[in-house]
Amino acid sequence: MRPARRVGKKSRQRLSNAGKIAALMSSYHLDHLQHLETEAIHIMREVAGEFERPALLFSGGKDSICLLRLAEKAFRPSDLPMPLLNVDTGHHFPELNEFRDRRAKQLGGKLIVRTVEDAIAKGIAQPAPGEISRNRLQIPTLLAAIEEFRFDCCIGGARRDEEKARAKERFFSFRDSFGQWDPKNQRPEIWNLYNGRLNQGENMRVFPISNWTEMDVWEYIQRENLEVPSIYFSHKRPCVRRGGQWLPVNALVPPKAHEEVRELVVRVRTIGDIISTGCVESPATTTGDIIAEIAAARVTERGSRADDKSSEAAMEDRKKAGYF
Amino acid sequence: MPLTALSSATPVPVDILRFNTCGSVDDGKSTLIGRLLYDSKSLMEDQIEALERSADITGGGQINLANLTDGLRAEREQGITIDVAYRYFATPRRKFIIADTPGHVQYTRNMVTGASSANLSIILVDARTGVIEQSRRHTAIAALLRIPHLVVAINKMDLVGWSEARFLEIRAQFEEFLPRLDIKDVKFIPMSALNGDNVVDASVHTPWYVGPTLLGHLETVHIASDWNLNGFRLPVQWVNRPNNPTDASLHDFRGFSGQIAGGIVRTGQKIIAFPAGIVTTVKQIWTYDGPVDEAFCPQSVTLVLEHDIDISRGSMLVGLDHLPGSNTELQAEVCWMHARPLQPGKRYYLKHTTHTVQVSVTEIVNKLNLATLESDPAPAELGVNDIGEIRLRAAKPLVFDGYAINRLTGSFILIEQGTNATVAAGMLRPPREIVKPENGDYVI
Ligand SMILES: Nc1nc2c(ncn2[C@@H]2O[C@H](COP(=O)(O)OP(=O)(O)O)[C@@H](O)[C@H]2O)c(=O)[nH]1
Ligand SMILES: [Mg+2]
Repeated sequence: MRPARRVGKKSRQRLSNAGKIAALMSSYHLDHLQHLETEAIHIMREVAGEFERPALLFSGGKDSICLLRLAEKAFRPSDLPMPLLNVDTGHHFPELNEFRDRRAKQLGGKLIVRTVEDAIAKGIAQPAPGEISRNRLQIPTLLAAIEEFRFDCCIGGARRDEEKARAKERFFSFRDSFGQWDPKNQRPEIWNLYNGRLNQGENMRVFPISNWTEMDVWEYIQRENLEVPSIYFSHKRPCVRRGGQWLPVNALVPPKAHEEVRELVVRVRTIGDIISTGCVESPATTTGDIIAEIAAARVTERGSRADDKSSEAAMEDRKKAGYF
Repeated sequence: MPLTALSSATPVPVDILRFNTCGSVDDGKSTLIGRLLYDSKSLMEDQIEALERSADITGGGQINLANLTDGLRAEREQGITIDVAYRYFATPRRKFIIADTPGHVQYTRNMVTGASSANLSIILVDARTGVIEQSRRHTAIAALLRIPHLVVAINKMDLVGWSEARFLEIRAQFEEFLPRLDIKDVKFIPMSALNGDNVVDASVHTPWYVGPTLLGHLETVHIASDWNLNGFRLPVQWVNRPNNPTDASLHDFRGFSGQIAGGIVRTGQKIIAFPAGIVTTVKQIWTYDGPVDEAFCPQSVTLVLEHDIDISRGSMLVGLDHLPGSNTELQAEVCWMHARPLQPGKRYYLKHTTHTVQVSVTEIVNKLNLATLESDPAPAELGVNDIGEIRLRAAKPLVFDGYAINRLTGSFILIEQGTNATVAAGMLRPPREIVKPENGDYVI
């Protein structure tokens, strides 16, 4: 039982995208994506209003692509009142970095990249003997960047439906001077009143799209006609079967002696490091195809990330240590 | 792979229903949400696998549906819920955002967090114990927050032999105190979260119950708009002034960005800018998708005004009809959320819309007695989880409405100075007088 709508279905179909949005606006009714959008814009503007030196974490992945569009909606016609920050693990998919740089340039945004490589060289991040994954090493790299630029707030694209620890996190996630999250002692978050007050050295992580699901993200990408890196769409790639998933073969993931390399038609559903991101077999070549695929999916997106599988509390532990 | 209906580019409006579960520890809140997700086929294979893995380790082979939301290490170790967990699921009829909130008294602040944005609250009661103080506290908080719909889930009916008499008895316990609270719509459902009776599928054990299952009710309950479309309110979040724009037409652009907190705004409409108290006209409603003729609550917009007035973050733009109050003397109901009690005379920061001011608490008027649901006058203090009415004096006037009229312009939080802890949620009483624009002060 929805409130009466002023615009008939037929006439709506003939309208352009801008016209469609205007038509929806004039009905005094917001659909679920418009609700999520206005919630996120409100949060973005609270950050701009309450913090002195915010940054927006931009990886080039689908969630942060939505964040950037929301930032445009929040702040245009002005420039974005915050730089973009990316922690480059050195194990990124090349397509992702190419896209990241290009998109930042299009927006006229200032992009700051800090690399794990560099943090290791400077002794900020210390790999354990034999540690190949850069997952843990992102944390000191990020914290060093926060200190270097004296950022008091970082906006991130984490969503609560991704993972059980994230499902518990507030929109405004308070971090102590070590960047740590204390899940048992979070600030109450009531109505849309966010408490952003900090003492010296403390920090806030803010997640405007906390309430978005994977489906919402793709529907928004479709509605806003947003470009995404090509690896989200179906392409041919040599893969090996490892740990129950298809891993892309590359210099960092060479096939082992007994493994069979297969050329598959795949796409990635969630992008992590090139050494831990599983590919899914898929013929999806458009955003619409992806939406249909997710609607029929029987596993979650994180099901294809080895980094979260290591234990039931892997994400919680990383967040407590200062992860995004 | 079916690519037809879903790839259509036409936006299909879908409602969102936000609800939360509350009740005491072990009443079965987390199990209920797990059951709802499981039986509505909203769980993915890897989530079911993870449940089965942890069942082998900790549950002696029995899967524990509560583990779906109890995601923190300490929660699984202690078998309790510590903080609000949000879950998302959709049926063809609606999208749902669930907040699973903890039952322990010390986590009441988290219950308020989960409930404040809800359209509907589910209060669980263990059929064996019936109504206890936590049931009354949670119902009182739901009433205070003005959550429009309440479901009383009388759970663990399997442990009382599916007795209709017991169901009616507990319902009567509720109906005895409900009239003292301001709640419009309450539904009672007998269920077993553990076995799934009346959660998604109707139970064969309750032939005497003719109402809907929980999911049936969630899918069809009428969500009246939470948003007030009467008096226009725009709390200014951010002043939008392009620096060195390349587009010459933007050289003098000065917009006021914010989320509309009430009413509708149209181009050409007269508004008053507070605290200046000056009337001006809306020249343009700017959005990223192009200018629009009108916008409404809760859209986010940027307004360009006719006159150059001193407006900054914390200012409030309001329409000329349905005027708000503007005062430094305030009265409000608060839910106290911190271990350090509320002290009269102490200073706090008060955040109301986008405006933060210093306040001091001048009086604690009363405190809600949860045993009787009557108010005890003039208590010495309000401790953690207490609900009471207070008076405050603010360093600068607040432009506000009563919470009953407008949730967004009638609510505030209190922040302790020094620790920056959020210590209270406040709901403002209606202003004693509203601002009067006709006295001339307000016209340029
Ligand atoms: N017999 C029975 N046990 C239940 C029912 N619902 C929950 N339980 C059990 O009650 C205990 C507490 O459940 P939980 O969901 O963790 O409660 P919460 O603290 O309210 O989240 C668990 O052992 C559940 O298996 C029910 O309908 N019948
Ligand atoms: Mg629980």
